[in-house]
Amino acid sequence: MSATAHPPHTLVERALAASTADDCVVLLRDTTSANLRWANNTLTTNGVMHGVEITVISFVRGADGVRSGSVSGTATDPAGVGALVEAADAAARAASPAEDAADLVGERTSPDWTEPPVPTDIHVYDGVAPRLGEAFARAESQDRVLYGFVNHEVTTTYLGSTTGLRLRHVQPTGHHGCTGKPADLSTSAWVGGATRDFADVDPLAIEAELARRIGWGRRSVALPAGRYDTILSPSAVADLVIDAYWSAGARVAHEGQSVYSRRGGGTRIGERLGARGVALFSDPAYPGLECEPFVTADHSGNESSVFDNGLPLARTDWIRDGELTALLQTRHSATMTGLPVTPPVDNLVLSVDGGRGDVDDLVAGTERGLLLTCLWYIREVDPQSLLLTGLTRDGVYLVEGGEITGVVNNFRFNESPVDLLRRFSQASATGPSFGREWGEDYFSRTATPALRVPDFNMSSVSQAQ
Amino acid sequence: MGDRALDPTFISLPFRSLGDAALTQAGELGATHADFRFERVRYQELTARDGALQGASDREDVGFAVRVVHGGAWGFASGVVLSVEEAVRVAETAVAVARVAAEMTSRPVELAAEPIHDDVTWVSAYEIDPFEVAVRDKTALLVDWTERLRAGAAVEHASAYLLQVRENKYYADLAGTRTTQQRVRLQPGFEAMGSGPDTFDSMASIAPPVGRGWEYLTGGANSWDWDAELAEVPELLAEKLHAPSVEAGSYDLVIHPSNLWLTIHESIGHATELDRALGYEASYAGTSFATPDHLGTLRYGSPVMHVAGDRTVEHGLATIGYDDEGVAAQAWDIVRDGVLVGYQLDRSMGAVHPELNPGPDGSGRSNGCAYADSPGHIPIQRMANVSLQPAPGGPSTEELIGRVERGLYIVGDKSWSIDMQRFNFQFTGQRFYRIVDGELAGQVRDAAYQATTTEFWGSMEAVGGPQTWMLGGAFNCGKAQPGQVAAVSHGCPTALFRDVRILNTVEEAGH
Repeated sequence: MSATAHPPHTLVERALAASTADDCVVLLRDTTSANLRWANNTLTTNGVMHGVEITVISFVRGADGVRSGSVSGTATDPAGVGALVEAADAAARAASPAEDAADLVGERTSPDWTEPPVPTDIHVYDGVAPRLGEAFARAESQDRVLYGFVNHEVTTTYLGSTTGLRLRHVQPTGHHGCTGKPADLSTSAWVGGATRDFADVDPLAIEAELARRIGWGRRSVALPAGRYDTILSPSAVADLVIDAYWSAGARVAHEGQSVYSRRGGGTRIGERLGARGVALFSDPAYPGLECEPFVTADHSGNESSVFDNGLPLARTDWIRDGELTALLQTRHSATMTGLPVTPPVDNLVLSVDGGRGDVDDLVAGTERGLLLTCLWYIREVDPQSLLLTGLTRDGVYLVEGGEITGVVNNFRFNESPVDLLRRFSQASATGPSFGREWGEDYFSRTATPALRVPDFNMSSVSQAQ
Repeated sequence: MGDRALDPTFISLPFRSLGDAALTQAGELGATHADFRFERVRYQELTARDGALQGASDREDVGFAVRVVHGGAWGFASGVVLSVEEAVRVAETAVAVARVAAEMTSRPVELAAEPIHDDVTWVSAYEIDPFEVAVRDKTALLVDWTERLRAGAAVEHASAYLLQVRENKYYADLAGTRTTQQRVRLQPGFEAMGSGPDTFDSMASIAPPVGRGWEYLTGGANSWDWDAELAEVPELLAEKLHAPSVEAGSYDLVIHPSNLWLTIHESIGHATELDRALGYEASYAGTSFATPDHLGTLRYGSPVMHVAGDRTVEHGLATIGYDDEGVAAQAWDIVRDGVLVGYQLDRSMGAVHPELNPGPDGSGRSNGCAYADSPGHIPIQRMANVSLQPAPGGPSTEELIGRVERGLYIVGDKSWSIDMQRFNFQFTGQRFYRIVDGELAGQVRDAAYQATTTEFWGSMEAVGGPQTWMLGGAFNCGKAQPGQVAAVSHGCPTALFRDVRILNTVEEAGH
């Protein structure tokens, strides 16, 4: 991977020096990624990408407030940086006063500020690629078909400001997913997960697990729509709580427009939303899910503010012992709501006191019910209850007498994750998980248990296989 | 091609020399196909809330990519340093990636042939480049919208936004095609929010995103009627907040194009992407029930159902002169008289099923659906504008409503979801009106419609005439791994459906 001629931290320094605004924040993100994709037991597309995006946010003070302008672009040399700075300064001068104006974050320095970006390339798959080819061959010989994707990305972020911020963070993000079907496409199974470096990914082991699950499809049972005792895999739970998290903006709740709003005004902070023992939190230092420990914001919105760039992030409890304790805040929304400043963090952990064992243990304890592999196409239906709709896919299994006895048709569900945190009957221990829907492109750092819900609403049957 | 000229600041970028260097290197390294794509894409997003500017950001992506077929396998690499040396290095990387991929590629890549389009240009049809309009004027408009909405008694909060994109691309390949193109699109919108004693809700604009410029917001023949909508939305919200909760059951539906476009997108547009039907999206968005073995026989819907795909309709979000594989834009049938007759293709799909779109020499041809959303992403088959055709001389919306004794009239889109084979779907809308004995009888709330695709389109009794036809669309349709977004339009008339399942969403939540 080529390094640019100008080290990123020097481009940030140049930008800060070039700005004629009253203050300036510069975010530089150097991203490299490599991916492989396959279908029908053969590689299809692939790619190695390198991008450098710089965001310059300029601030101009006037009698009527502070104005800001944010301009982002690809720039790898001083001339390109200069053009961005000029545009951001002009944008700030032309803007209206910012409603979220606040003092910029003061001096903080990362010890590795001047280090170069950390790249990835196609060789991150040197251990995976040969075994992937073997997996294709084995599947082909045993009348199975494989489809899937692996992606590895490393982003090195440099955040500088005229108020003394010099912060650097390296973020690896990787995931894998493989769908397996028998040659007649009569059923489907999926195995996937997040990984930081692919050292822990074995395509042959994944293919063997897919074969096991496809084997469960030897007995096929048709079930009608209805409410079922259902075990949600950690992946399914991850997708549902991510939606609950994304909907937890403090400003929107304060303005009466979300499930976290209190009728009559204010938010439901202090109210018990989930069962006792339920904890939902984020922590930039959580082992295995480490993420950016400071705020970065290219633009302002309900849950983000360009003025908050560089704010330190720490463990934040969103729900503690079932009680709602925090919502997603900027300093501006914190002022509006009179609550602490609790910005979003790029990971999420759900745990249940007393949760033990794994999915297999929940299966063993279920007399008759369903086990879900994952969920898909999850969308909000009604914000008042945060009712979500979506589908099951790639493996809905019938549990009878504590064992998996067959595969069931897919369903469309209508459920609220807020309700589910109150209604579940059993939880496994918490472990690393990967949401099939949101993990791919949006949010892959989660740790969740499996949850058993006694009356999960399978609203209609889906013929999809 | 529109009346506007290519942006000279794009023309001045060194894409020709970079492209020549990259393609020469790829050829010398033994690539049997190589293409070079250089892009500059400009984005601007403005948001306002409750009378104040909330956010404003500008972004520009500049870079290039080289894609090769080498040893029967794809190789792709991209870069951002605009030098000949880097272009050569990226070409070398693409070939190196292809060599790695070849070990895992059991079916060699084949591409359908395309006539050479040497040094052609294309610009989309817009009047005023929104990026030439002062940000101050744009934000003032959005802030004004929020203030006008909040003048309504039922409106407690109001938001407004404007997304704008200007896309410049240069494409060149070893065969000799070279295209230089430019297009503009934007998505404006607003939403009014309010609450009642035990509920809260919102009402959003139903204005579609369009392949137009600033003229879309300024009034006149090419503008949406923002004034009319801003005036009526507060009262519509007030009515919705006090509307009764719908009784679940089976209803006849009259669906306005502002809602139906999304059902077309999910249940027809995605289902007829050939790569999806052949399993290439199986591990992500899924497959399709509309597999090629059903071509010419699958009854997709009633005989009044005629659906066409195109990348040519003026102001369409997917409209272009030449796609990201150098294929000229085309128009074709997808469903005719209710029967599946066509698919959306790129060059590899055109080669897999040559009978779907025979080229001038009788071999297969792409119908021009390749697109990459950034210089760093590989081009893939993306949705064309997919549109349900109106009935010549067909009925008005009022006439369709008049045919219903007990039903619902649905306007504006909101929630959507469909399963991984495009069977089971569920949608909500901005507003649902009761129809009683052929007349509208007030709004109801908490409604969603749920159906299976072929049953739904089979229940379509009638489509409206051209006077009901509207071009809707999506600004950010997602597909592929790594994920990409694409903008796409869907035209449709108002349509009448019989006996469709309506859910009560409060009951679904168990409340």
